[in-house]
Amino acid sequence: MSMFSIFGISGSAVSAQSQRLNVVASNLANVDAVAGPDGQAYKARQVVFQTVPYGSAGDAGVRVDAVTENPTAGRRVHEPANPAADAEGYVTHSNVNPVEEMVNMISASRSYQNNIEVMNTAKNLLLKTLQIGQ
Amino acid sequence: MLDKLTSALDFQSKALLLRADRQRLIAGNIANADTPGYAARDFNFADALRDATSGTNARGSAGIKDGDNGYVVQSQPSLDGNSVDLDRERAAFADNAVRYEATLRFINAESKTMLSAIQGQ
Repeated sequence: MSMFSIFGISGSAVSAQSQRLNVVASNLANVDAVAGPDGQAYKARQVVFQTVPYGSAGDAGVRVDAVTENPTAGRRVHEPANPAADAEGYVTHSNVNPVEEMVNMISASRSYQNNIEVMNTAKNLLLKTLQIGQ
Repeated sequence: MLDKLTSALDFQSKALLLRADRQRLIAGNIANADTPGYAARDFNFADALRDATSGTNARGSAGIKDGDNGYVVQSQPSLDGNSVDLDRERAAFADNAVRYEATLRFINAESKTMLSAIQGQ
């Protein structure tokens, strides 16, 4: 109804973008990982955003629908001395592309800032609305 | 008698409600700037205010329903089907915020005028 739901809308976006940042951080941390707990190399993860209706008047919030794994094979490096090497001496690294992740990170942080700014503007407008007649 | 006091404020309060509606809509567009397949929405403020103030009101007393919103024509189509132009949305958000504040000032000034008329000093 009123502008108060802007905090819900932008709040949902801020939380979704921070989850995206979390996923980017985990991808970047594992860029050189060779084997996860399951014995497989780390697969890059990505969040999938989805619009959710917020309130009744067609307002659109956002949420993270799923976290998907990139199915492509990790890069194989010939390192016979590595204890994780296979019979042919190859080590499978994670399939994280650091450049892609950095771009993703910048995009997520810009979107985060945008939504914070939206909330600040809405807060100022609401504070001024409270001062009507004073 | 008393309704004459507030009827001057009626127009501005309707404009204020519509401004708040538009602000919310643009906030939703900005929130979904990265959502695949999301179509940005907006409505024509002048038409909405005309409908709200005229007797033949399609939108109810005030406020916008989902069906009244139009879809923004995209300027640079993207591969994921998202039609939010973030620059345009930011500009529209700032523009709408200023106009909201202007409407607030009109309401304040009108109520101050009325108060000084009542007090007679």
